[in-house]
Amino acid sequence: MNSRIGYIAFNTFREAVRDRVLYNLIAFALLLSGAAILVGEISIDIERLVVVNLGLTAVSLFGVVIAIFIGIGLVSKEIEKRTLYTVLSRPVRRWEFVVGKFFGLTGTLVVNTLCMAVGVLLALLYVAHKFEKMDVWVLVALYFIVLQFLIVCALALFFSSFSTPLMSAVFTFALFVIGSLAEDLRGFARMTHGLGGWLATGIAYLVPNFSALNVITQVAHGDAVAGRLILYNSIYALLYSAMAISGAVLIFQRRNLK
Amino acid sequence: MAAIEILDLEKTYLVGFWHKRPKLALRPLRLRVEEGEVFGFLGPNGAGKTTTLKLLMGLVFPTAGTAQLLGKELDDPAVRSQIGFLPEQPYFYDHLTARELLNYYGQLSGVPAKGRSARVEQMLERVGLSDSGNVQLRKFSKGMLQRVGLAQAILHDPKLVFLDEPMSGLDPMGRREVRDLIQQLRSEGKTVFFSTHILSDAEALCDRVAVIHQGELRGVGAIADLTSGTQGKIEIIFYAPKVPAGLISLGAVARISGDMVNAVLPEEHQDAALELLRRERFKLISLAPVRKSLEEYYIQKLQPDGIQRSAGQEEGNELGTQESRKGVGV
Repeated sequence: MNSRIGYIAFNTFREAVRDRVLYNLIAFALLLSGAAILVGEISIDIERLVVVNLGLTAVSLFGVVIAIFIGIGLVSKEIEKRTLYTVLSRPVRRWEFVVGKFFGLTGTLVVNTLCMAVGVLLALLYVAHKFEKMDVWVLVALYFIVLQFLIVCALALFFSSFSTPLMSAVFTFALFVIGSLAEDLRGFARMTHGLGGWLATGIAYLVPNFSALNVITQVAHGDAVAGRLILYNSIYALLYSAMAISGAVLIFQRRNLK
Repeated sequence: MAAIEILDLEKTYLVGFWHKRPKLALRPLRLRVEEGEVFGFLGPNGAGKTTTLKLLMGLVFPTAGTAQLLGKELDDPAVRSQIGFLPEQPYFYDHLTARELLNYYGQLSGVPAKGRSARVEQMLERVGLSDSGNVQLRKFSKGMLQRVGLAQAILHDPKLVFLDEPMSGLDPMGRREVRDLIQQLRSEGKTVFFSTHILSDAEALCDRVAVIHQGELRGVGAIADLTSGTQGKIEIIFYAPKVPAGLISLGAVARISGDMVNAVLPEEHQDAALELLRRERFKLISLAPVRKSLEEYYIQKLQPDGIQRSAGQEEGNELGTQESRKGVGV
C-alpha cells in the first residue's frame, strides 16, 4: 500500500479511537448483548436463538451508527475545520486522502466489531455453556456485518464528498434502510411491468443489497450459510464499496475547498 | 528561476442556490516572486489574498490562467515537498499532541524516518513549544496553535514558504518571534510569501510587496522604492519657547512639546524657514524630508483610482519583477 495512504489511514484510526463517543456506543452494544442473556434466560429452550438474534442485531445497528457517525465527518469535517489544507498542500494526492480515510474508518469498524463480537460470543457461551459447531455460522454473520459496514462507510464517504454532514447522514441512513429491503424491492420489480417495472428494477439493483448480507435469523436458528453466498457477498461488497469510493474520489478531485 | 510565477490566474465562484451567479474572487493576476525574496501580499479582508494562496496550494482550481512554483506546474507532486504552507487561523487535528502532529506531517511530506524525530524536536524548540510537545492540541491556545502551524510549515525544510496572516492571533511577543523566524528563513535563502494586513510587519520584513484589493492587483514594488519618495514636505525640529509666527505664515503645521518645536512645511519654504531660525537664534535639531510611508502607498492603492498604469509605474513592468525596484513612481 502507498505509504501516505497508510499514514492517513492510521491517523483516521487514531482519531476515531481517541473519540470517546465511540466507547459509549460500544459499551451500549455490549450492554445490549448482556441484556440478551436476561431475555434469553426467560425464553425457555430458545436462549441461544434470542442471544444470537439480539446480540448480532445490536452489533449491526450500532456499527452502522458508528460508520455513519464517523464516515460523514471524514471529509466534510476536515474541510470545515480546514485541517485538510495542511494535508493537501503536501505531496498528498486527493485520491490518496479519500482512500486513506476509507481504510482508516474500515479499520476502526473492524476493531469495534471485534470488541462487540467478543461480547456476543461471551453471552452465547454464558447461556449455552459451550460453543457448538453451528456457532461458526455466527462468525460468518459477523463477517457479513463487517461487509455491510464496508459499504456504509463507502457511502458515507461518497455523500460527504459533496454534501453537508447532516444531509450525508440522512442519505446514508436512507440507503441503509432501503438496502435492507432490497430483496423485497427486487420482488416488487419482478411483479411490475412497463416503465414502472424498469424503474423499480433499476432502483432495486442500484441500492446496496444489505438484505443479502443479513443472515442473522438464519444463523440464530443454527442454519448453515452457503459457501457460494460468502463468495458472492464478499465480491459484491468489495465492488460496491470500490464504486462508491471511486465516485467520492471523482467528486473530491474537482471540488474547490473554499 | 522564479520561485513563484503567476500568469493571469483568475478565480470566479458560482454562488447562489443553483450555483449560477458568478462571483469574482480574483481578477487575472500576473506576479513574479524571485527566489530568496520575502514578499508581502497586502490587502484588506476579502481582497483575494487567501484565494490566491489557495489557488497556489491547489486547494481551489483556477477559472483561467496558470502558475508555477519553483519552475514546476502547480499539480506536480514533486513541488509539494518543497513548499510549506501556514493557513490563516490554522486548526489542526486536536486529538493529536503537537509532537504527533508534526511527526504525521513529516511522514506525509516524505521526511525520512531516520532523523524525523530529531527534526520534530528541533521544530518544537524553534517555535518555543518543547515543553508542550506531549499536550493534545485541543488544549492549545490560539497563539500556540499558530506556533505549531509555523513549525509544520517549515518542518520539511521547504524552499518556498507561504504564510497566510502569520501574525494573526499572536501577542506582541509572539509577533516578534514570528518576525525573527521570517528573518531566519530569509538568511537561510528561503523564499517567503506572506499575506498580511499589518503594514508595519510588511515594512519591517519584506523586500517587495504587492497590494491587492477587490480581487485586483493594485500595485507591486520594492519597499525601499515605495517609501523613498518625498511628499514635497520637510520636517524641522528645533528648540524654541514657542512656535514662531513667521513659520506659520510659511504654511507650517507645528506642535510644541516642552521647549522643542516640530514643524512640517512645504519644501520650497525650507530656506526661508532656516533663515527665520537663524535670525531668531533658535537651535536646530534636525531637518529631514517627510518620506512616504507604506501605509500611505497602501491607502492610495485602495482608492478606486489606485490602479496606476502610467510608464515607470510598477505595474508597467513585466510581471512586477524585481526590476520594478528601479522605477517605482509613487
